[in-house]
Amino acid sequence: MSIPLRLTVNGEPRDLILEDPRVTLLDALRERLHLTGSKKGCDRGQCGACTVLVDGRRINACLALAVSLDGAEITTIEGLAARDGGLHPVQAAFIAHDGFQCGFCTPGQIMSAVGLIREGQAGDDPERIREGMSGNLCRCGAYAGILEAVRDASSDMQREEAA
Amino acid sequence: MNRFDYSRAASVAEAVAAAARPGAAYLAAGTNLLDLMKGAVVTPGHLVDITRLPGLDRIEPSGDGGVRIGALVRNSDLAHDRDFARAYPAVAEALLSGASAQLRNAATVGGNLMQRTRCPYFYDTASPCNKRTPGAGCAAIGGATRLHAVAGWSEHCIATHPSDFCVPLAALDAIVEIEGPGGARTVPLADFHLLPGDTPERESVLAPGELIVALRLPPEAAGFSAHARYLKVRDRTSYAFAVVSAAAMLRLDGGRIADGRLALGGLALKPWRVKAAEAALMGRAPGPEVFKEAAEAALAEAKPSGEANAFKVELARRIVVRALTLAAAGTPERLPALPASPFAASSFAPGAAHG
Amino acid sequence: MAEIAQDMTTRRVRHGSSIGQPLTRSEGPLKVTGQARFAADNLPPGTLHAALCVATIARGRVTHLDVAAAEAHPGVVAVMTPDNAPKLAQHPDEKTNPFCFRLDLLQDSAVRYANQPVAVVIARTLEAATEGARLLAPAYETEAPRIGLDAADPFTPPAIGVGQPPEEHHGDVEAGLSAAQSRIAATYETAAQYHNAMEPHAAVASWEGDRLTLHMPSQGMAIAQGRLAGLFGIRPQDIHIESPFLGGGFGSKGLIGGPQVLACMAARLVGRPVKLVATRPQMYGPMGHRAPTRQTLRLGTDADGRLTALDHHVLTASSTFDDFFEPSGGVSHTLYASPAISVRHEAVRLDTGTPLFMRAPGEASGSVALESAVDEMAIACGVDPLEFRLRNYAEVEPISGKPFSSKALRDCYAQGAERFGWAGRSKEPRQTRDADGLLVGWGMGTATFPALMFEAQARAEIRADGTGTVEIGAQDMGQGAWTALAQIAADGLGLDLDRLTFRMGSSDLPNAGIAGGSGHTATAGGAIHAAGQAVIGKLADLATNDPASPLYGAGNAGVIARDGRLIRRDDAERSERFEDILARAGHGAVEATGKASADPAAKQTYAMHAHGAVFAEVKVDPDLGQVRVTRLVGAFAAGRVINPRLVTSQYYGGMIWGVSFALHEHAAMDPRTGRFLNDNLGEYHVPVNADTPAMEAILVHEEDAHVNALGIKGVGEIGITGTAGAIANAVWHATGIRVREIPITLDRLLG
Repeated sequence: MSIPLRLTVNGEPRDLILEDPRVTLLDALRERLHLTGSKKGCDRGQCGACTVLVDGRRINACLALAVSLDGAEITTIEGLAARDGGLHPVQAAFIAHDGFQCGFCTPGQIMSAVGLIREGQAGDDPERIREGMSGNLCRCGAYAGILEAVRDASSDMQREEAA
Repeated sequence: MNRFDYSRAASVAEAVAAAARPGAAYLAAGTNLLDLMKGAVVTPGHLVDITRLPGLDRIEPSGDGGVRIGALVRNSDLAHDRDFARAYPAVAEALLSGASAQLRNAATVGGNLMQRTRCPYFYDTASPCNKRTPGAGCAAIGGATRLHAVAGWSEHCIATHPSDFCVPLAALDAIVEIEGPGGARTVPLADFHLLPGDTPERESVLAPGELIVALRLPPEAAGFSAHARYLKVRDRTSYAFAVVSAAAMLRLDGGRIADGRLALGGLALKPWRVKAAEAALMGRAPGPEVFKEAAEAALAEAKPSGEANAFKVELARRIVVRALTLAAAGTPERLPALPASPFAASSFAPGAAHG
Repeated sequence: MAEIAQDMTTRRVRHGSSIGQPLTRSEGPLKVTGQARFAADNLPPGTLHAALCVATIARGRVTHLDVAAAEAHPGVVAVMTPDNAPKLAQHPDEKTNPFCFRLDLLQDSAVRYANQPVAVVIARTLEAATEGARLLAPAYETEAPRIGLDAADPFTPPAIGVGQPPEEHHGDVEAGLSAAQSRIAATYETAAQYHNAMEPHAAVASWEGDRLTLHMPSQGMAIAQGRLAGLFGIRPQDIHIESPFLGGGFGSKGLIGGPQVLACMAARLVGRPVKLVATRPQMYGPMGHRAPTRQTLRLGTDADGRLTALDHHVLTASSTFDDFFEPSGGVSHTLYASPAISVRHEAVRLDTGTPLFMRAPGEASGSVALESAVDEMAIACGVDPLEFRLRNYAEVEPISGKPFSSKALRDCYAQGAERFGWAGRSKEPRQTRDADGLLVGWGMGTATFPALMFEAQARAEIRADGTGTVEIGAQDMGQGAWTALAQIAADGLGLDLDRLTFRMGSSDLPNAGIAGGSGHTATAGGAIHAAGQAVIGKLADLATNDPASPLYGAGNAGVIARDGRLIRRDDAERSERFEDILARAGHGAVEATGKASADPAAKQTYAMHAHGAVFAEVKVDPDLGQVRVTRLVGAFAAGRVINPRLVTSQYYGGMIWGVSFALHEHAAMDPRTGRFLNDNLGEYHVPVNADTPAMEAILVHEEDAHVNALGIKGVGEIGITGTAGAIANAVWHATGIRVREIPITLDRLLG
């Protein structure tokens, strides 16, 4: 079986021919499109390291079949920074607040944070941010920095949008 | 994952026809199905992708004054729908206490009803399980049973249903709309999931090829909006299945309970509506004694399925009292920051002050 | 990629000394953009995917594998079983040194624990390899497994931890207990725990003749080279390991895992590069874990609340086929003054994978028991838990009588207590509720971790253009080696960071030993410091012997390096740029190597430990039992701080591990089968963001002239110790219920 599909990944159309429909979005990104920023920590929707935006919403890429998302717009960590390399406010805030240690969960944390801020449910309420970021495990325990980074970036982004 | 054929259905009729093949399964978001397939817990030979079925992603008024929710509405969209959350706050709270934001963004309403138990022996294909292989035996019995059923179980299966969403739905008399090879029909949610009995492999009333197309809440379900809560005890603050949960809803009239609804999660293989407890509330003034009576009535028939889960009976009694107390106090203006958590009301917000 | 540009544009660097500055991570931009390349992110051309088939039984042997079914699956290239696996030069069970652990490399059909690899399927796609592994459907001859601390007869192991004695005594504990005014005896259990680094063990292996290239997360590349060289009968220098980033290690990547060796074997079998990444469940078995313990403590005090005896008995477990014994009793040697101390370890052998080092091995499990027991003892004699610890403050190391090289623990107690507000604690439990009716409890614990040094080498170079390079085969697993070691390097060379090229994370660089035991910054940093001194010495030789230099005659020891110049120690006005010294000498560069290791004389003379005090606040639902840690204050004294930002993060991370230890982590096994019931991140709970309390870490000033050249004690593990006990004690204070089975779960708090 060969299955053609098109995804728009980080703004660019990417055509794929899958030999088999079992390929998850995560494995399509990592093994076929060589976008390895999205990480596989559990492959079962239990850690959040694979979080990407699909049509603007954060989901676990490990629990989605690529074929089912034919035509979708995907944003991965590689597509977040500006084309000139300037960091997205969430990325910059993660560095400033030391919101990571080993960095493995970080792409998922950052994509989740971007999704959370867009969802607009948390604002800068620490408790709502904690809850909203609870789908992203960090075994190093960088949660305090993650919280502060999200709060900071959230107000930055809101200010930008207001401007 | 096993190899499978994949087809995408363009209409409900096409989906139902495609699913008539033996070994076929419907694929919506796949958040549970793909997890199960990765563990080889299920090995469908054909996936019928229903994500593009038209018209199933709407939340709309039903003809009778209730609401109709398409089966493909995402959990988060339903929970964050302002009108819906205002009318059915306990349902929104239950939805938002389940899984993670990422999973809620993907998972559908229909899929939530169809999710399978989290019993570790069901997930472990090296352990016998009557659900996976009828007649194989139940490894959970005599095993590690801390989170297993204390109601409605049988000697063939002691698993529980993991859904939060279904608990308030059962209390609110939700109706499941189904289409299938034999046409369309509706089933009350309370009757949708089956207790294990002698046939734990049969988990719902769905016949082969049948598809959930929508959920309906009847008009009177909105009558509880002022006093409706979902409360969920967990082993960690978020991103965990319920140890025990409760949906409590009251309609107060002149200081008395004109109508009360109560259902429990984590107790049985289906959301556990307790009508005896509801009856105990009727016409009474809300208060600790009444709530205790309701709790006793709710758990009167409960029976641990293992030594390790005996605590759940007492915990369930207490959560009933608490959930009713919270409901009586009134639905909060805004959904709590930690939905359904015992810490939801906490005035303390940790993390506000890191050094 | 083993080099990261020291981009200082966004890091607000202050020129002069780099050590001590709270710089952000130099590798931060790579990590936040997804460009940091972890092992599994590599896919050399022609790479095949490999998947493990693991045992579903815990004891017995494999009698059949359906190789034909796997081979028939489209895309499957080969199935590696004991029948066709490449022959190894050394049996995987042969132990060549104490750091060598037995591996399961398809040497035979025996199964000695659940999730042991029994075959490997190699395929063109990951999907085909994964499904091929399932299709092997092993059949077994099964024996009843021995699971749980009561499943076998205890014995006294010959050694615990890394060569420590299983029993140590000082004074007469029985006499001390009988003379005591108050006594307690209590037994605590801690659960088996799995590291669960977010990055599963991965390896991308390719062979060129007898040369092996391996992308693999490693906390000790040289050790892995040695192990692989022995197994494959090749030279260590022909093994090239790239490990620029580890997605967490916590001890699990200290030694090469069996599945990573299997990747090398698979690549050899198929003659193509092979990528093998363990699935999350496959991490539960062949990669080590923290063994369960049952610890019985007996304490006695005199009328003043001073300890008369401390008896600590540990029962733990190792596998049936190898030795690692969790050294939980060690904390009782070093923490509290007592005229009589007895520590004994016993163990059973179980049908599990071999336990291994897991963040604070021994200290973490021992601390939660000791700190709980000390709390119980303080309560029994009616003394405030902090006051009790002060009354039993050890002025010298209790078990050895050696003085401490430094010990600012009193300052930790004082600063932590002040910040936390400990003085306002109610004496009796279950006294305090918050506005919402939740029970509030406060508890504390003492943190401790030894200051360890291993061995490392480094190379340094200063070039005629005034720039420098430092190279070391160090490893970054999140502790911040890329940043902190570069800071040490910059200061060692007297250069600003933007003039420094810093390389690490490759086995081609000088051996930096192991990133473990909280000793990597001290050890690798020490080697870097030594290399810097050596290269500066050479430069100083050139200058001070050159009549044309303003430093002529200053003598080698009479100059210091700073801001790219050598400066006369006694006259800062007289200095010369590195560029000028080298230009005049006609050298393009000077280079030197340096090394570091523990100073045996200091070790002989001093007891060397980091210390801390952790204060915890918990809230407990009085009816439902659910617990939340709401506040943690830790004050730690660990010698010199290279980068306070990163050190604070290490303490936070350690303290969250303490939360996890106290309330969450528990690997559940079915004793009937030895199979895991929660070998996944959904049900093996580690804290999520919402479990994280408000935290403060106080970096207590401490100078140590003996511990090593830089005065560093290490901060990676100490945060767990103290914290777990503090939380357990806070739960008691909130509820009046003493839970001695760790983790503390809500069902035990229903009253």
